[in-house]
Amino acid sequence: MTADDDHTPWTGYTPVAAWDEAMDVEGAVREPYARVYAEIDRMSGDDLYSRAEALANTYLAQGVTFDHAGEERPFPLDIVPRVIGGDEWDIISPGVAQRVKALEAFLADVYGSQHCVQDGVVPRRLIATSQYFYRSVAGIEPANGVRVHVSGIDLVRDQHGIWRVLEDNVRVPSGVSYVLSNRRAMSQMFPEMFGAMGIRPVLEYSRRLRAALAKSAPEGVDDPTIVVLTPGVYNSAYYEHSLLARTMGVELVEGRDLETVNGRVYMRTTAGRRRVDVIYRRVDDEYLDPVVFRPDSALGAPGLVNAARMGNVTIANAIGNGVADDKLMYTYMPDLIRYYLSEEPILPNVDTWRLEEPDAREEVLDRLDELVVKPVDGAGGKGVTIGSKASPEELEQVRQQILSDPRGWIAQPVVQLSTVPTLTDEGLEPRHVDLRPFAIHDGDDVWVLPGGLTRVALQRGQLIVNSSQGGGSKDTWVLGGVRHRGSGQHPPESRVELSGMSSVPQTAHPEDYVAGQQAQQQQQQREQGGEPC
Amino acid sequence: MLSRIAESLFWIGRYVERADNTARLLDVHLNVLLEDPWVDEPSANASLLAVMNCQFEEPVSRTDVLRQLAFDSDSASSIAGTLGAARENARRAREVISTEVWESLNITRMDLRRWNRASQPHEYFVWVRERAAVVWGLSSATTSRDDAWHFMELGRSLERADMIARLLMTRNLEGTTGPNWTTLLRTCSAHEAYLRTVRALVTEERAAEFLLIDRLFPRSIAYNLDRAETVLGQIEGAESNRALAGRARLALGRARTNLEYSPVREILDDLVPQMQEVQRACATASDLIRDRYFLPAATVTWNQEAL
Repeated sequence: MTADDDHTPWTGYTPVAAWDEAMDVEGAVREPYARVYAEIDRMSGDDLYSRAEALANTYLAQGVTFDHAGEERPFPLDIVPRVIGGDEWDIISPGVAQRVKALEAFLADVYGSQHCVQDGVVPRRLIATSQYFYRSVAGIEPANGVRVHVSGIDLVRDQHGIWRVLEDNVRVPSGVSYVLSNRRAMSQMFPEMFGAMGIRPVLEYSRRLRAALAKSAPEGVDDPTIVVLTPGVYNSAYYEHSLLARTMGVELVEGRDLETVNGRVYMRTTAGRRRVDVIYRRVDDEYLDPVVFRPDSALGAPGLVNAARMGNVTIANAIGNGVADDKLMYTYMPDLIRYYLSEEPILPNVDTWRLEEPDAREEVLDRLDELVVKPVDGAGGKGVTIGSKASPEELEQVRQQILSDPRGWIAQPVVQLSTVPTLTDEGLEPRHVDLRPFAIHDGDDVWVLPGGLTRVALQRGQLIVNSSQGGGSKDTWVLGGVRHRGSGQHPPESRVELSGMSSVPQTAHPEDYVAGQQAQQQQQQREQGGEPC
Repeated sequence: MLSRIAESLFWIGRYVERADNTARLLDVHLNVLLEDPWVDEPSANASLLAVMNCQFEEPVSRTDVLRQLAFDSDSASSIAGTLGAARENARRAREVISTEVWESLNITRMDLRRWNRASQPHEYFVWVRERAAVVWGLSSATTSRDDAWHFMELGRSLERADMIARLLMTRNLEGTTGPNWTTLLRTCSAHEAYLRTVRALVTEERAAEFLLIDRLFPRSIAYNLDRAETVLGQIEGAESNRALAGRARLALGRARTNLEYSPVREILDDLVPQMQEVQRACATASDLIRDRYFLPAATVTWNQEAL
């Protein structure tokens, strides 16, 4: 390599036509990234690649992997962190909390007296036609009123740098384990930066979640038994389920470990049956209880819904939450925030056309080639069509789908997601990202995990970031944390306190450090004895 | 402890121990093939596979033995297969085993790929024994002595008793004079301990006695049967007198006392059936443990019809 001296990993990095979070259009580094920029600037390109490889290897050893064509690959974590300034976070965090409170109020209303329908905020038809509105759980009152214990509100940043909500996830949002393990891996990789930047910690997530679940336990249970319910070891999010169970110190159960007797839920242990009070379930509604939902499901336990109705067990998140994160319901969220909380929404939505409304439908069908069309109940980027990249046949197919089922689709303008420098085979290049902050509602308060999962589309120009579509992740650093570490200046009395700590001597084998004598004698003996015969 | 998790832990214990002992057994077998001038290799190989309860077609070459017992990643008798299965079970029980143990099993499974058929088998066996030692060391240093530990320990001691019985059966392989007793002691890492305890040269009876019933050496059959019985007692705890676990202890105790109270000459003259008796006792105990702890009697299944 004969690279000249001022060749750094940043050489050749130029933002594309989107908001680049690290660099403005003139090529000046934005303030939150200053430290990260300088740190990477000091490295050679090879150094950066070798760190990236070391990162992948720790993930292999820890088993943070996903299956790709029968082969285990490390979960892709990019070496360049995403940095969010403390001032930006001061908008995001209350914005997300506000959203969660509104969703919570909406769900309580939908499964209760439906005031929002009577007051004309949301059409009744919209609720009744939602695939995830379950009459079978109407009237189930959760113990502390919480239905959305954990939520993930997906945010994007548009070309003007404004944060917008892209979608709400209040069923079983996943990805938080990657936030936790990304942080662990990155702090080992860049200890210098962590010391200096004041990054807000994420590791308290498990403790917070456990506390929130404990608070949601049925009435009269002081020391609840909490379990995490997983579909099983072959589920793609199994790593997350086991990590959460492990870091919360609770059992990870499968459906076959549970049984319900007389409206109470038990798990099968080597010492017989043990009562379960709170189930943090990572199984979809449909599979949770074969008595009420899909009868062929082996992933849940028969009788769970009945037990929840009797108030003997808390299911978190509550069944039927899907009615609130429907993408069509999403368009009503700003109104719902005003209706329930009497507040203006802090985070705006992305403009969305409701295809049920004839005018909107007509406009969308005219401009299909420049819009994004999404199914209302899709997840993981499935079924999304980006008009400008679709072939005429695909557009025609979308048109037919919309005409036959307008309730099932929404349309949005193409949002040029913001970009963040990402290590690719060609060096550092801007790649599109989104952000999923996680929020925990414990009944009194909504706590937003500082940071969240940043997903990055690894292919150039790709706007869909889901990991099932070949996306990676980044560790998300929110600045402005308080540093608890002692600074350079010690108060003068600290020495005195230190000497006040009496020490107990560490002992050793008496011959090892004291008696050099014997060794000397033995050596002399040999010297005097001369050559052995 | 969840029944499903307990079962996984039990099998982690068995699989890791099986990999360790299979490596020892193969190592000594390859040595015998080298050193015995009158060896009839195909029948020695065939009878080794028979000892390990493997299907085979004669004639059996050395490569066949290595494939079936060392490298086949789908077989419950091969080193690669058991180490992979141990890791899968660890994945299922990930939240109850410590991170250190998990990573050691995970890395072991990943590194398996490095060892292909052509490389030096002896180095492979040394590596396997080392990895097993790492797993045991870490698990002993990081696991609370609760049921999680007990079930793993139970699996391990049952498997060790079973595998030493199989190893001793190779004394009477077809087509070869088999390993001598010094070799067998070495294979069990018992030679030095034997010399210190018995203070005499290796004789058949003394060596057999040491590997069968020595009360203090952790690789004698009786020691491990006794250990399994003790652990079963600890798992039962206060609620003893439960018939099934009691029967498991009964099977183990009978096998152990049979070895302890029979004249060693008698056992040696009848070595193969006696060793098979030990293996059968371990299998019976294993089944009874499964019935008692892993498959609760009242398993409810939904008949797949919506109400």
